[in-house]
Amino acid sequence: MIKFQNVTKIYQENIIVLQDVSFEIKEGEFVSIVGKSGAGKTTLIRMILGLEFPTYGEVFFDGESVSKANSKILQKIRRKIGSVYQDYRLLPAKTVYENVAYIMEVEGKENEEIEVEVPRVLEIIGLGDKMNNFPRELSGGEQQRLSIARALVNHPAVIIADEPTGNLDPYNTYEVISLLEKINKSGKTVVLSTHNREIVNKLGKRVITIENGIIIRDEEKGRFII
Amino acid sequence: MFTNLKRVFNFALVDFFRNKGISIAAIFVLTTTILLITGLFFMHGVSNFLISTIQNKIDITAYFKADVPEQDILNAKDEILKISSEVKNVEYISKEDALYDFTQKHGDDPTISGALQEVGGNPFLPSLNIIMASGASGYEKVATILQGDQFIDLIEKVDFSQKKVTIEKIFSISATINKFGLILAVILFLVAIVVVFNTIKLAINGSREEITTMRIVGASSWFIKSPFIIQGAMFGFVSFIICFFVTFILAFLVSSSVEIIMPGFNLFKYFTSNIFIIILIQLGFGVAMGVVSSFIVVNKYLKV
Repeated sequence: MIKFQNVTKIYQENIIVLQDVSFEIKEGEFVSIVGKSGAGKTTLIRMILGLEFPTYGEVFFDGESVSKANSKILQKIRRKIGSVYQDYRLLPAKTVYENVAYIMEVEGKENEEIEVEVPRVLEIIGLGDKMNNFPRELSGGEQQRLSIARALVNHPAVIIADEPTGNLDPYNTYEVISLLEKINKSGKTVVLSTHNREIVNKLGKRVITIENGIIIRDEEKGRFII
Repeated sequence: MFTNLKRVFNFALVDFFRNKGISIAAIFVLTTTILLITGLFFMHGVSNFLISTIQNKIDITAYFKADVPEQDILNAKDEILKISSEVKNVEYISKEDALYDFTQKHGDDPTISGALQEVGGNPFLPSLNIIMASGASGYEKVATILQGDQFIDLIEKVDFSQKKVTIEKIFSISATINKFGLILAVILFLVAIVVVFNTIKLAINGSREEITTMRIVGASSWFIKSPFIIQGAMFGFVSFIICFFVTFILAFLVSSSVEIIMPGFNLFKYFTSNIFIIILIQLGFGVAMGVVSSFIVVNKYLKV
């Protein structure tokens, strides 16, 4: 489903962020990408979404080259991915309901479908009673749950979570990770980037460890070892 | 397509009212600049009026010989009108009219009245007053023809050489005023564009992150851009409505005062007779600036 083929990313002044990175993520997998801050995790995630492009090598999504995709194909790829970020990346001028509905509107879904689906997803995620609130009126945990609801509403094939628990307390961290596990159990691919040792060790899933832009370990039932 | 169109209009409308502070600031700046542009248009009208008033006071006079019959002078008048399309007006002043005008002007002065009695009879010559639509060169051209062979038996003298310096000076001043006015208008217009562009940029700046997020979730460029562009058009339209009423009220209130300073120039009449041009300027500038600025700014932020 996602394939990195000898990917190297060099920023200006010869700063190497990723070096000859190759791996493949299959459909339905739960993969944690771990490493210290600045190891290259976020760059890797941004490359899947086509927000960064490799200096050398190629990134594929569903057989399509992300690095060579035009804006139309990029749009198509991005719609197949639900993304969750540490800073939530919500639309601050829209309400909770509108934030989720926007994703369906982008896809051109009918109003009738949106009116049914959005409240349903918000109920599941525990924000049914906050539909008319604005993101700034929610707690950190609620905002992250909203971003998960937004990522889920279009039934994407892949959920990418970049440090989703970075700003959360242990209780909300547990909730968010449980949600991601449930999403994975429903058959979706989950890519989790984190530097939280406890989470990774508890999950007992595949772990790709990056250090200084190089993959130093890729284990099926891995642990956080740096 | 229609659903999406409805959606982007709805986004624009909701954001317009939700971000009241930004909307008010953008409308305020746009209104001020549109008023400035409208002011330039009125200044253009005023300067044109002043220039044409001054230019209408310039003429050259061809004095005919005392014994030339009136019909010959009137024929000459027709001939002069045919010389060039630049001849704006030719007025015939008979000997009697000239004497009447003179006595009206100087009747109270005993020295001049005495001198006139001393001369005896009517010493004035019949004449044609010629006003040109063009500059000093037009007057020179007509004066040369009048002093040429065609009219040599009829015309005593043409007073162009006495007036030449004054005519050239007035037309040179008019040209300078026009040139200076144009440069000032261009500078102010450019300043207005920069101010409006930066205001719209500031208004959209707050949505920079939002635009990136919209891009990440797979929204197409036009789906992201359209609400901002529509909002830009809304800023322009609301500003136009405000400007139009402000201009209407100001022109109505100030008109009589302006007429005292510049007799013959009615500001309100100028407003009503140019109403469609004013609407076009205000609406065109407001909406075009709102739309183009939004388009450029969002495009810049869309490069993700």
